[in-house]
Amino acid sequence: MTVMAQAGKKVALTGNEAIARGAMEAGVSYVASYPGSPTAEIPGVLALAAAACGHYVEWSVNEKVAMEGAAAASFAGLRSLVVMKADGLNVALDFAGALALSGCRGGLVVLVGDDPAAHSSIREEDTRTICKAVHLPVLEPSSVAEARDMTREAFSLSEFLALPVVVRCVTRVCHASGDVTLGAIPPVERRPVFGREDRVITFSARLHALLEQKMARAAEHFAASLFNAYSGPGQSDTLIIASGPAVFYAREARELLEQEDRVGILKLGTTWPLPASLLLAHLRGVKRVIFAEEVEPFIEDGVMALAAAEGLLHLSFYGKRSGHVAGSFGPGAGELDVDILKEALAGALGLPYSRPVVAAVAQSLGQEMPVREFALCAGCPHRASFWAVKAALELDGRGGVVIGDIGCYTLGMAGTGYHLLQTVHSMGSGVGIAGGLSQLRRFGFDRPVICVLGDSTFYHAALPALVNARFHRSNFLCILLDNETTAMTGHQPHPGRLTTAMGEAGDTVLPEELIRGMGLPCSVADPYDVEKTAVLVCDEMRLPGPRVLLLRRACALVAVKGREKDTVSVDPEKCLGDACGCARFCSRVFGCPANIWDETAGRARIDEAVCSGCGVCAALCPRQAIVVKRREGVGT
Amino acid sequence: MAPDFREPLNIIVTGVGGQGNVLASKLLATAAVEAGCRVAVGETFGVSQRGGSVMSHVRISRSKAYGPLIPLGAAHLVAGLEPLETLRVLGSYAGVDTQVIMNDRPNYPLACLSGAAAYPDVAEMVKAAAGLSARTTVIPASELAARAGSLLAANTVLVGALAGSGLLPLCREHFLAALDTLFQGSIKELNTRAFLLGLEWRQEEGRQ
Repeated sequence: MTVMAQAGKKVALTGNEAIARGAMEAGVSYVASYPGSPTAEIPGVLALAAAACGHYVEWSVNEKVAMEGAAAASFAGLRSLVVMKADGLNVALDFAGALALSGCRGGLVVLVGDDPAAHSSIREEDTRTICKAVHLPVLEPSSVAEARDMTREAFSLSEFLALPVVVRCVTRVCHASGDVTLGAIPPVERRPVFGREDRVITFSARLHALLEQKMARAAEHFAASLFNAYSGPGQSDTLIIASGPAVFYAREARELLEQEDRVGILKLGTTWPLPASLLLAHLRGVKRVIFAEEVEPFIEDGVMALAAAEGLLHLSFYGKRSGHVAGSFGPGAGELDVDILKEALAGALGLPYSRPVVAAVAQSLGQEMPVREFALCAGCPHRASFWAVKAALELDGRGGVVIGDIGCYTLGMAGTGYHLLQTVHSMGSGVGIAGGLSQLRRFGFDRPVICVLGDSTFYHAALPALVNARFHRSNFLCILLDNETTAMTGHQPHPGRLTTAMGEAGDTVLPEELIRGMGLPCSVADPYDVEKTAVLVCDEMRLPGPRVLLLRRACALVAVKGREKDTVSVDPEKCLGDACGCARFCSRVFGCPANIWDETAGRARIDEAVCSGCGVCAALCPRQAIVVKRREGVGT
Repeated sequence: MAPDFREPLNIIVTGVGGQGNVLASKLLATAAVEAGCRVAVGETFGVSQRGGSVMSHVRISRSKAYGPLIPLGAAHLVAGLEPLETLRVLGSYAGVDTQVIMNDRPNYPLACLSGAAAYPDVAEMVKAAAGLSARTTVIPASELAARAGSLLAANTVLVGALAGSGLLPLCREHFLAALDTLFQGSIKELNTRAFLLGLEWRQEEGRQ
C-alpha cells in the first residue's frame, strides 16, 4: 500500500490517503467514522494499516456515536480522529457543542469533508459556519500535501488548546491526488488513563467564558502559523485572501493575467478563529481585497467586520457579497475555479477580460448533446425493488405516495428509479416523514404511505422514528432495501455485517431482529423475484399499522466481484423488435444500462461490458426472449 | 523528455462512471511521481460514479504545485473512454493545440436508451472532435481490452496509448513501475497486457 511506504519517499496519494497518513504520523490511537463522501476512504486506509501501526478503527453506527467514542479516547489521553462529511457533523453537532465546552485531553481531530458543488451530497454546507457557532478552531488545507501536514499538526494543536480541532477538507482536496513526501510513523505508545478522580463536565456558563479564552489563544497562535503565507510583491495595492484549493486557482489566475508584480495573495490555512493581527497587517497597505473561498462568504464577512471595527474605511471588497466572485450558480453557490477567479480579478482591477468561448459542439455535431443522467448500476437490486413498488402502486390504485431517504436509492427520484421518490432529505428522515403523513388521516389524508430506506441508513438514524411510529400507531409501509452494505460510499460494513472495519468478527445485529424486537411486523423477500415482490408490496400496503418489508439482495457491485458472472443474452429469434408491441420494454422502460438496442438488427441486445448477469430483465421480458446462462454453482 | 512537453502538462481523462476513470488517472499520477514530477489530479467520486459523466484532470509539472482543475480551453491531451463524453469535454477544454485519443465504443445514456434523446453517430462524433482538434486519434480501446482479457481494462489500454503518444515526460518504465505499485497478481498481469497493447497500438499508429 503506497500510503504505508517508508518515510522520506515521495509518492502520489489521494487527499484522503494523505489525511490517513497524517493521522498515523501523529501517532493516532483511535479512529471512528460513519462513511460519507468526500471523506469515506480515510478510515478504510487506516483500517488496512491498523495491524502494522497498532491503532483502532471502527465504522460507527453514525457520526454522533463516532465522535463520542473518539472523545472517550481523548479523555483518556489518547490521540483520536473522527471522520465525517459535512452532513455528518450536523448529526454529531449536539455532542460536538458540548465537547467544545468540556474540552479534551489527548489530541482530538474532527476531519470534516465539505462538498462544494454537492458532487456527492444533498447540499454544499460550509462547515466553518457550524464551527463558528460551537467554537471549534478550523484548519483548511489547500492541497493534498497540506492535508497531510495539517492533519498531523492538528493533533498537537488540539492538545495545546485542550480543544477538538476541525480540519475542513473539500472534495477538491479529499478526492484530488498529489505528490507527498512521507514523514515517519511513530509507534502507538500512549496508554489510556481515566481514573475515578477525572472529570469532564460541561455544565456551566463559566466554561463558555473559558472556551472564549481558548479561542482567543487560538487566534493569537494562528497569527504566527506557517499554514498562513503571503506571496507577492512587497508593496501591492491589491490583496487576494484565499483558502482551500482556491489558493491555487488564485495563483494561476494571477499568473495568467500577468499580475504577479501587482497582486499579493494571502493564503489562509487557519480559517477560524480568524488571525486578526495577521489580517490587519496585510489590510493596512492595500486598496482592494478579493476573496477566494468556498462556499459561503465566511472569511469575507469576518474580514469586512474586522476592517469596519478598525476603521479601515479606504478598502474596497470584491467577493460574493459584491457579486464579483461568482460561478455559474451565482455568488455564494458552487465551486470556484481558475476561470472564475480570473474574471473576478480582472473585474476588480479593471482589466479587459472575456470568458473563454466554449466550443459549439452541438452545432458542429448537428444535434443536441444528450445529457447523461445518474443511473443505478446494471443489476442493481434497487431497480428491481423500484419496479416492484411501481407495479404495486399501479395494482393498488389508491395513489400511494413514496418517501425517499439517503443512499444509492436516492436515485429513485430520477428516471433510473421511475421518479418514484417524492421527498429526499437527510439520513433516516423518510421514516419520520412517512409517520407524520400517515397521522394526517385524522384530517382526511387517505393515500397509502410507503417509505424506502437502505440498511446502513436504517441503523444510522431510522430506529427512533420507527419506535415513534409504533407507539403512535402510525400507518405506513417501510421498505428496507437491504443490499448488505453501505454501497454509495464504497461498501463499508455496518452492524448487519459479519466483520468490522478491522476485519474482526462482529456480533451481527440483523435488521429483522431489531424490527421484530420493536414489535413491528417484518416480511422478507428477494427483489430479484420482481413479480412476487410486487404482489407482496401491494398486500403489505393494504395492511394496517407501521410495518416493514425487508427486500434483501446484495449490491450487484459486490456480488460480482471476483466471481464469474452469469451470461445474459437476447435470443434474436424470440425478440420481435418493434413488432412486439412491448415498446422496447427492456431498454426503454425497465431502463437497465445493460439493456441496449441494436439499431442494425432492430432487436434488443445486452451490453456484455455492463451486464452483471442478474437476469431480472429476463423475468420481465414479455416474450421471454432474454436468456440467462447460469454459471455452475452460482445459483440464483 | 518529449520535445513539446508542456508546463504544466494538462491531461483530461473522461468517460462514464464505472469505466475506470479514477484508476486511469491514478496510474498517470503514480507514473509521474515515479519520474520525479509534481502532479495534481482533480476528480470526484461517489454518486458521480453512478453512470454519470466523469472526468479526471491530471496536471504534470517538472517543479511546481498546481491546483487540481484545468482552466477552460487549456487541455493539452484529452483521453476519452467513451465518444460522447470525449466530445463533451472537448466542448469546454479543447484549445488550439489539444490532442485527442478516443475510444470508439459507445455507452448509451438512459435518455438515449429510453428514446428521449438520440445518441449521435460515432463517425459524426469523431468528425466533430477532429473539427475541434486536428490531432484526433480513434483507438479501439475496448477491443484491445477484450484482447488483453477483459472489456473493463479499456482504461489501462487508453493510458498505454497516452504513454505511446510521445507527449508525456514519462517512459514505459515509469508506467511499469506504477503498475507494479498499484496492482498485484492476475490483475497486474491483465493491466500490464492492456497497457502494452495500448502503447504498441499508439506507436504503430504514430509510424503510419
